[in-house]
Amino acid sequence: MAVFRETVPRDLPGKMMEINWSLVLLLGLLGVAGVAMLYSLAGAEWNPWAVRHALRLGVGFTGMLIVAMFPPRFWIGVAYPIYFGALLLLVLVEFAGVSINGAQRWIDLGPLRLQPSEVMKVALVLALARFYHDLPTEKVTSLSGLIPPMMIIGAPAALIIGQPDLGTTLLLIATGLAVIFMAGLSWWFILIVGVLGLMGVVGIAVVGLENILAEYQMDRVRAFTNPDFDPLGINYHPNQAVITLGSGGMTGKGYLEGTQSKLGFLPEMQTDYIFTALGEEFGFVGGISVLAINALIMAQGVGVAVSCKSPFLRLLTMGLITTYALYVFINIGMVSRLMPVVGVPLPLISYGGTVVLSILVAFGLILGAHIHRNAEPPRGVGLFG
Amino acid sequence: MRADRQEQELKFTRRALLLSGAGALGFTILGARLYALQVLESERYRLLSEDNQFNFQLTPPSRGRILDRFGVSVADNRDSYRILLTPEGTSDIDLSLDLLSRYMTISQGRRDLIHRRARQNRSFQPITVANDLDWQTFSTVNLYAPDIPGITPDVEEVRNYPYGEAFAHVVGYVQTPNENDIANDHPDAERLLRQPGFRVGKNGVEIAREHDLRGAAGALKTEVDAAGRIIREIPDQSVDPTQGMDVVLTLDADIQRFASERLGDESASAVVIDVNTGELIALVSNPSFDPNLFVRGISSADYARYRDNDHRPLYHKSIQGTYPPGSTFKAVVAAAALEHGVIDPDEVVRCTGSTRLGNRDFHCWRREGHGPVNLHEAVKTSCDIYFYEVAERLGIDRINEMAARFGIGEEFDLGIAGVARGLNPSPAWLMANRNQPWTTGRTYNTGIGQGFTLASPLQLAVMTARVASGRAVQPSLFRNAMTPPAPHMGISDETMARVREGLRAVVHEQGGTSFSLGGLGIEGVEMAGKTGTAQVYSITAEEREQGVREQEDLPWRLRDHGLFMCYAPADNPKYACVVVVEHGGGSSAATRPARDILRRTVARDPSSRPGVFASLAPSTTRGGI
Repeated sequence: MAVFRETVPRDLPGKMMEINWSLVLLLGLLGVAGVAMLYSLAGAEWNPWAVRHALRLGVGFTGMLIVAMFPPRFWIGVAYPIYFGALLLLVLVEFAGVSINGAQRWIDLGPLRLQPSEVMKVALVLALARFYHDLPTEKVTSLSGLIPPMMIIGAPAALIIGQPDLGTTLLLIATGLAVIFMAGLSWWFILIVGVLGLMGVVGIAVVGLENILAEYQMDRVRAFTNPDFDPLGINYHPNQAVITLGSGGMTGKGYLEGTQSKLGFLPEMQTDYIFTALGEEFGFVGGISVLAINALIMAQGVGVAVSCKSPFLRLLTMGLITTYALYVFINIGMVSRLMPVVGVPLPLISYGGTVVLSILVAFGLILGAHIHRNAEPPRGVGLFG
Repeated sequence: MRADRQEQELKFTRRALLLSGAGALGFTILGARLYALQVLESERYRLLSEDNQFNFQLTPPSRGRILDRFGVSVADNRDSYRILLTPEGTSDIDLSLDLLSRYMTISQGRRDLIHRRARQNRSFQPITVANDLDWQTFSTVNLYAPDIPGITPDVEEVRNYPYGEAFAHVVGYVQTPNENDIANDHPDAERLLRQPGFRVGKNGVEIAREHDLRGAAGALKTEVDAAGRIIREIPDQSVDPTQGMDVVLTLDADIQRFASERLGDESASAVVIDVNTGELIALVSNPSFDPNLFVRGISSADYARYRDNDHRPLYHKSIQGTYPPGSTFKAVVAAAALEHGVIDPDEVVRCTGSTRLGNRDFHCWRREGHGPVNLHEAVKTSCDIYFYEVAERLGIDRINEMAARFGIGEEFDLGIAGVARGLNPSPAWLMANRNQPWTTGRTYNTGIGQGFTLASPLQLAVMTARVASGRAVQPSLFRNAMTPPAPHMGISDETMARVREGLRAVVHEQGGTSFSLGGLGIEGVEMAGKTGTAQVYSITAEEREQGVREQEDLPWRLRDHGLFMCYAPADNPKYACVVVVEHGGGSSAATRPARDILRRTVARDPSSRPGVFASLAPSTTRGGI
């Protein structure tokens, strides 16, 4: 009986052959959309955003392909160092960080500024995947299997919530929980946690949200639930975002023809609110296309995860895809007023160096997982093995 | 081992699909949300976005002019040159002002004000650096402005009253509307009224014809950014303003100004009227004020000067002031006497200087008496004793009735506010207002114009016009169409002829009260007139003993008002003129100014010259460069 040997490419050309080019193409489409929108937002100018965004994408795509070449064994080896490095950066940002919009999020490294929280999004998934790679499945729900992941998630979450950046914190926690779930947490445990969570929600409802949240947070909740609350203050930008999006209609006002975005009704249009500009100029057709491309990217990612032999690669890919999905969902949900305002950019389209790089590094890992899907790195090799 | 591993992979795949399902649900919700916003509700958001994007800037209309009967502007708009500074156009406001100050002076106070405004306003809103520049300075700045950052020369339309004081009361003035004006105006006009620099009529014709003069605002469609900054103008979707309509007055600016100057510093009124049509040729109240001061906002010092002046320059005496008509009223009593036949024109009444009624003596102004007088002599010499007799024979009711026919107590509709009604007393009025019965003594006083009767200079002018023409003329101030001669009053020609003959004699016969005037002063044209003195204060016996005998000895505010009514030509009356000099100390203060104004009017003969009429078309004049 002929046995079909599933092999792992070892040389560079072999690995290049195995690159999932359709995924690269989908990511490239988003990048092109980003450059095009940034060009439009600057009033048909390459400066200040489009040219730099294109440059970052170029660097990012190259980096992504390089990252993809490394075997899983390498990532298993560096997972914890990277995680602790990122944790260190988060501590550093507390002291040496640059404050933007009142939150300390940046570390100034001369020519480039680094957002440690972005680095952590990848590092966290790496560390969790690394942890579960060594853990026997039956131990996932045990105390020794639960405490370390909690700490791996809890440490950066605690640091980032202090920046303060609630959005990123929730994103990290959600991603971490997704990885734990994927690692095989038993259903009865999930059920217990779910019941406890439900009781918590009921408890909050009984106590009343206003007794738990600070006044400014309560205002945000009020603003979210009622568009007419403080329309010229806290609700101005969310409402303008919806106007921008809605005014695009079915096919949009036309490329370079957006009025809301050009006339300054939304600030920071190039970052968090860029989807509304896209929706204004390309309409529902444009918006749904971006959603579809993202759905395909995620489907590809899930496909890669399922095809992987090693638990490390499966969890890594699934975790990163979850992070990515949350990015997209939270960003579009926020700008379409489906969610309260949380500062999360739209991957590859929003302007912002660290985000582009961390997203592309993540997809480098996913592409690498696809290349090395048949690899079976040894388990239980120790902390840095 | 192998089965365990397959089981594990299957479990992972199940959970991966579960998460994918959750993701798919999430994305479906996003897609549905986009569909709702961009397809179902898109129209609403499209309108909101247009509201954001476009703004309609009001373009204020040019205010219509106010013209005299010959089309001479008495209120128009002039270009006012100003310099604006837009803070966002310059990096250093002081530097720009320094550069600007090479061509014009900018005080430190102005600088401070500019800085204060720059802090308060949005950076793209221009701040006025200087107003009302002369052309020389403006053209110099205009030349160099392109090199000074943030500086823009600008032209603004400002209301201008070329005749200044002469028309101030009639025309009024415009000012920035206050909250009251805005509240009382049409709600649609609010935006226009709140435009910086927009002004509304506050007085006289300016407020009475506000609606015609104002016109309607146009709208300039502009694209604006979130801060309200204008990105571009869209002229083809804009609406031009409807310019205000010109208003034509019946007044003759030449005579108006002459009358104003002729009255000089006296507290006096002059009214000139066309006796056949009732068109007012002049309507003057002195002293006056400069309406141009009010347009930009009068200083409190200037205002106090007007307010505290005992000659009351802000008061429109020719229509608002009321005075006892004095002996000018005798023309009315004479007409009543003849018309009712209570006295034959040739019947003689003996004037001894006084007559007794009950236990009270009624005096003639001429203490030594006039001797025997008939109607002609009585009018000519203004004999009080004759008119006491006639008044008694007529009775108050017939005097009241005839006075009303001549316009006493009639509220004329001039089309501007403040026209006084005066008072034509009757026994019913006295009972209702003072709870006193009428007495014959009161009839006596009424007969010589000294009782309760009050008339404005305008009413006296109408009275004179009716005496002169026998027509029931109504005074008019606005020249909208050819005014036909008024219908006859229905008083017999014979009566009117006899009254007019007496009035002619006042000026032209030896012994007439105004004989010393020497007539109109135009070869071959005779005039008629009647003096009047309205008593303000009775010199007491005590004062008489102390030597106060003459009006000149009294303080100004206690002196008698001097009145003179006249018309010309005497044989074919065309114009009447009435002058009332407050506290003039007697009629002599009024006679010469009235005669001079009448002479000017007759010589110029404005009614026979072609003039202009208000067209229904808006003003064609527009300011601006």
